[in-house]
Amino acid sequence: MSNTVPSAVADEPALAAARLRYVLRLADTSLVLGQRLGAWVGHAPALEEDLGLANLALDLIGQARLLLSYAAELEGRGRDEDALAFLREAPEFANLTLAELPNGDFGHTIVRQWLIDTWQLQVYQGLSACADPRLAAIAAKSVKETRYHHRFSSGWLMRLGDGTDESHRRVQGALDELWPFTAEFFAADEVDELMSRAGIAPALAQLAPAWSAAIDEDLGAATLKRPASLPYPWHGKRGVHSEHLSHLLAEMQHLPRTYPGAHW
Amino acid sequence: MAALSASSPAARAVELWAILEQVPDPEIPVLSIVDLGIVRHVREDATGRVHVGLTPTYSGCPATEVIRASVRAALDAGGFDEAVLEEVLSPPWTSDWLTPQGREKLKAFGIAPPRQSVASPRALRAARTVCCPRCGSGDSERVSEFGSTPCKAHYRCRACGEPFDYFKCI
Repeated sequence: MSNTVPSAVADEPALAAARLRYVLRLADTSLVLGQRLGAWVGHAPALEEDLGLANLALDLIGQARLLLSYAAELEGRGRDEDALAFLREAPEFANLTLAELPNGDFGHTIVRQWLIDTWQLQVYQGLSACADPRLAAIAAKSVKETRYHHRFSSGWLMRLGDGTDESHRRVQGALDELWPFTAEFFAADEVDELMSRAGIAPALAQLAPAWSAAIDEDLGAATLKRPASLPYPWHGKRGVHSEHLSHLLAEMQHLPRTYPGAHW
Repeated sequence: MAALSASSPAARAVELWAILEQVPDPEIPVLSIVDLGIVRHVREDATGRVHVGLTPTYSGCPATEVIRASVRAALDAGGFDEAVLEEVLSPPWTSDWLTPQGREKLKAFGIAPPRQSVASPRALRAARTVCCPRCGSGDSERVSEFGSTPCKAHYRCRACGEPFDYFKCI
């Protein structure tokens, strides 16, 4: 890859570290969100939604596997996708904080899903033609699946937002609660900067207007109000998480940690 | 093994495709993996080693690993135990790669085949008529975007009242 990167932009080790970190952020966001959705199996309001959420979880975990396998190769320390998923501690996870927040009620889960689907659509579209062929291939595959996810989550956002007084009140409440976590999407740090200057990741500042427009369009149809933005971003992608991630990992990692090398 | 050394690369390719056409999809066994369009290439490298490229349908499809194991077993049984299996991610799999024969098999099996090409993302959003694979009526409704496997959606026919699976466009 070095020939695609002007030498003035970054030296090779810094870019290599950024690439690994960037891939882990994408991977962990999908993995953690997939794990959250998996908890809906057997609990969704209707069988169809149960299947829907399980399908989303399956896609997200599949995408995470592709990304984690790539991260494992980039890392080159002999860890594989399973070691990265099951044997890292919370501070080593680089997911967006929003993905790890508890499910709440169905409306809460839908709002979280819709915010992240809309985000992932923008990111994967931007990455599908990027200078990293492996990442571009994974993104091009993921963007097709994410379109389906967004149809599901935006469809429910509209039904609930423009539904009964009770459903409207609940999703607006979820939106007000979750909205501040979206500031992290656009809080660019040195990893984002290096990756966008190398022609790999889309610049966050450029993604923001498209994301915002897509959000406003769906909110309008759902008769929901866009909450005011807070300037302070969370830092899950830097490894600083809410208290919820450790609990999620304890459950997700229990079996491989208790029975190392276990097989089906 | 004698067959391997005696035949030409072209004859071996025909033989390999014939073997792969016998490998069923584990979720929709009327379809072979060739019908599904997930065998992306069969080629020999300079040393004569065979490479078979497979692509997953959906990232998280649990059938992917079963398919890999079935292909491995079929190749081994056919005398191609040296063949290398490769995962191909790009270009991503699309329902457009389902063969015409595969579409017919789906319909006969009671699964509505994907309606249209997904050459443009707009096709995914467009409203479309899905015909009931049992009575042929276009008067159907979507029960859920997601069905019994990642590649299918759940529909119901308003004419004959039967529920059915629809193989999604992606």
